[in-house]
Amino acid sequence: MKNPINGLNKVFDNRVRLGVMSVLVVNQEISFNDLKSMLEVTDGNLATHLVHLEENGFVKVHKGFIGRKTNTTYSITKAGEKAFSDHIAALEGMIRGLK
Amino acid sequence: MQEKEPSLEAIQDIRRMMDRSSRFISLSGLSGISAGVFALAGAFLGARTLNEYYEQKFAVYGYQGAEFQTLKGQLLLIAVSVLVAALLSSYYFTWRKAKADRQTLWNPTSRRLIINMMIPLLAGGVFVLTMLQYDEWRFVAPTCLVFYGIALVNGSKYTLGEVRYLGLLQILLGLICAQPYFVGYGLYFWALGFGGLHILYGVFMWIRYERKGA
Repeated sequence: MKNPINGLNKVFDNRVRLGVMSVLVVNQEISFNDLKSMLEVTDGNLATHLVHLEENGFVKVHKGFIGRKTNTTYSITKAGEKAFSDHIAALEGMIRGLK
Repeated sequence: MQEKEPSLEAIQDIRRMMDRSSRFISLSGLSGISAGVFALAGAFLGARTLNEYYEQKFAVYGYQGAEFQTLKGQLLLIAVSVLVAALLSSYYFTWRKAKADRQTLWNPTSRRLIINMMIPLLAGGVFVLTMLQYDEWRFVAPTCLVFYGIALVNGSKYTLGEVRYLGLLQILLGLICAQPYFVGYGLYFWALGFGGLHILYGVFMWIRYERKGA
């Protein structure tokens, strides 16, 4: 039997990173502050995890301005969508395999 | 067995975040009740004002003259007051619930909900005003109900799913109200839709989601 754990993505081990991906699959584009209030995390914590996701090529960062204030928004990449759905499939496989 | 738990938890987490970021769920049932109560009060005042006019002044002035203009002004004032009172009170209860849920009231989900409801509502509002330009008053109540129902059905994708059924009922009520048999009873249908259905919906939602937590 194939070991289903192989399908799990290490990047999504963390709850904050998993949360970010969950929000981004259903929202085209979302700002840093909205993401922060949805996930109930601190600025620094969220920023670290976002950098991690960005380095893996799973999220895209857009830096913009509203007036003079910076407005950074995030969206999911094709690779991110693929990795995330593979991860969910692996989770499902594990639950099914253990039934 | 040990590994089943974390993966189930992860999936539940994902589901919760997807839901929370795409739907505005802090809509309070009390908002529906308060809006319904104001609608009923407004309908009652409106009916009384109309009756007074028909009993005392209609024989003399008919559908024109200064007295008729005053009547129109009074009805408009009632309508605007009801709208403001209903909006403020539902805003208050939803604000309270959002605070209890530790959610903000102004977030991407509430923005999306408002925008998607405003499109049919504004179209309906302009349409009603256009009908009044032609002195066509018979379809004002049904048009309000139908467009409001469409707005609810459209908005329901971005909030609690039950809103969809409230919308469908409003549309149905509006279509029935437009039938020749019910011409002249618009205000009653209006009261039934904006008053009765709102209160019914509010009580149902409050019992379903808020009673235990409150």
